[in-house]
Amino acid sequence: MALNRAQVENIAHLARLELEPAEIPAFQDKLSRIVDFIGELDRADTAGVAPMAHPLPGLAQRLRPDAVTEADAHELYQQNAPQVAAGLYLVPKVIE
Amino acid sequence: MIHRHTLAQLAAELRARKVSSVELARAYLERIQASQPLLNAFISITGEQALAAASAADAALARGEGGPLTGVPIGHKDLFCTEGVRTTCGSRMLENFVSPYDATVVARLRAAGAVMLGKLNMDEFAMGSSNETSYFGPVRNPWNTDLVPGGSSGGSAAAVAARLLPGATATDTGGSIRQPAALCGITGIKPTYGRVSRYGMIAFASSLDQGGVVSASAEDAALMLREMAGFDPRDSTSVDTPVPDYVAGLNAPLEGLKIGLLKEFFDSGLDPDNERCIREALAVFTRLGAKVREVSLPNISLSVPAYYVVAPAECSSNLARFDGVRFGHRCKEPRDLTDLYKRSRSEGFGAEVKRRIMTGTYVLSAGYYDAYYLKAQRVRQLIAADFQRAFAEVDVLMGPATPSAAFAIGAKTADPITMYLNDIYTISANLAGVPAMSVPCGFTQGLPVGLQIIGPHFAEQRLLHAAHRYQLETDWHLRVPERFA
Repeated sequence: MALNRAQVENIAHLARLELEPAEIPAFQDKLSRIVDFIGELDRADTAGVAPMAHPLPGLAQRLRPDAVTEADAHELYQQNAPQVAAGLYLVPKVIE
Repeated sequence: MIHRHTLAQLAAELRARKVSSVELARAYLERIQASQPLLNAFISITGEQALAAASAADAALARGEGGPLTGVPIGHKDLFCTEGVRTTCGSRMLENFVSPYDATVVARLRAAGAVMLGKLNMDEFAMGSSNETSYFGPVRNPWNTDLVPGGSSGGSAAAVAARLLPGATATDTGGSIRQPAALCGITGIKPTYGRVSRYGMIAFASSLDQGGVVSASAEDAALMLREMAGFDPRDSTSVDTPVPDYVAGLNAPLEGLKIGLLKEFFDSGLDPDNERCIREALAVFTRLGAKVREVSLPNISLSVPAYYVVAPAECSSNLARFDGVRFGHRCKEPRDLTDLYKRSRSEGFGAEVKRRIMTGTYVLSAGYYDAYYLKAQRVRQLIAADFQRAFAEVDVLMGPATPSAAFAIGAKTADPITMYLNDIYTISANLAGVPAMSVPCGFTQGLPVGLQIIGPHFAEQRLLHAAHRYQLETDWHLRVPERFA
């Protein structure tokens, strides 16, 4: 199934990516090939087959007690942040 | 010629104080520096820290202390977080990211005494089969530098093949340990899903990702994996079952091992020269007393399309965290928050990563979820059931690791599907969560060929044992490219 330009632009928007107008045809072509390829799954008879949610059969996700275990290290973590002030992450103004 | 020694030999020589860790670190760092313009296997070389860790290791050994890997030089794929050391995941997005903590694998190997010499190049966010998607440039295959080393753990595999390191960590989401191990002529093991902690491994596809080892021999892999594996409360999918001593029992006889020849892997896509090497390897196992029979996994042909739904879906979700706010690349002068997200992500990610994020976004979007994602998860169940049936009859499955030997840089970048099909024999093990290895088993036109050995869940020991016995009979794993001999 070929994806059209508007579909590719919409997917990019949903993924919060900005494609240059010149690169859209290449993405359109390659993504269409990928969508065609994964379409092969249609030929599998999966009636009555439960979707597999975990690679190890019978294992459920573990839970831990809801207790504080980690010390506050925000200053260390924020050393990797592009912009910080007073211990807060800065972003462009959201509310006018 | 110390670099020709295996990791197991080096560990023993260090303990016997025949060689010092500082000598080893210096010798390997020199090889790494010299190879870098040619192979580009490393993203960061941490010489200073390495020499400090090596002298600490020597001091421990002098006091008669130390663990099983004390003083042994290793490298980490640049996907494992290393405290205080840049961790890029092969991406511009994390070009300047200095990890504030260690991955569990990194911490465990350090606790066992291993000395890190640097961080290894890889496909961006582990998305690729040729190491060509790295922001830091492609890695080249030590056997022929016009060719790819495979991917995504291309730096790890090339470094071990050129004996720049005796062993390295790697990760495997769809073949990223086994495929480069095969193309570079070394040994690689992807353990069972949940066997090795994913804490501090930068996530690509969380239900498929698994950390493992590349090394010259199966014995070396057993030594490293014994230290890396085990329960970690910090990874909610880590499995709480005891880790057997992978090294003990490697020499036990193979008699009676039931090998299933994976019928569907001997298809028209398999290069005849590769097939010849695989069949010769099977003959060695027969001589060792194993019983070989053909086994069919009828749904395995759907592995690649199922993977290219599940993996991108999980990738689009995992990579949503890169928003230009808390860490990673941020665009200049964003107009508003949406512009900040979009431009930071578009500048930080390369084309293949964008394609995977977009594929994942598409298959998870309203109206397509059932048709693609849920369908793929059902197909995944069929593939897992195929493995379960096979392992009721045989102990291990064997077949090729890749359809052909290493290919030229640039040869498969035009069409994503051509590249994806390189992992046609490796992807199914990730979908089923089972452990699998690649072991060197011959050469075609001067290029190495890998034999794949797949086992049931938690049968790492069985795989390592079979590989080790094979390596006692053959010397493919000891061959080194002339230039690096």
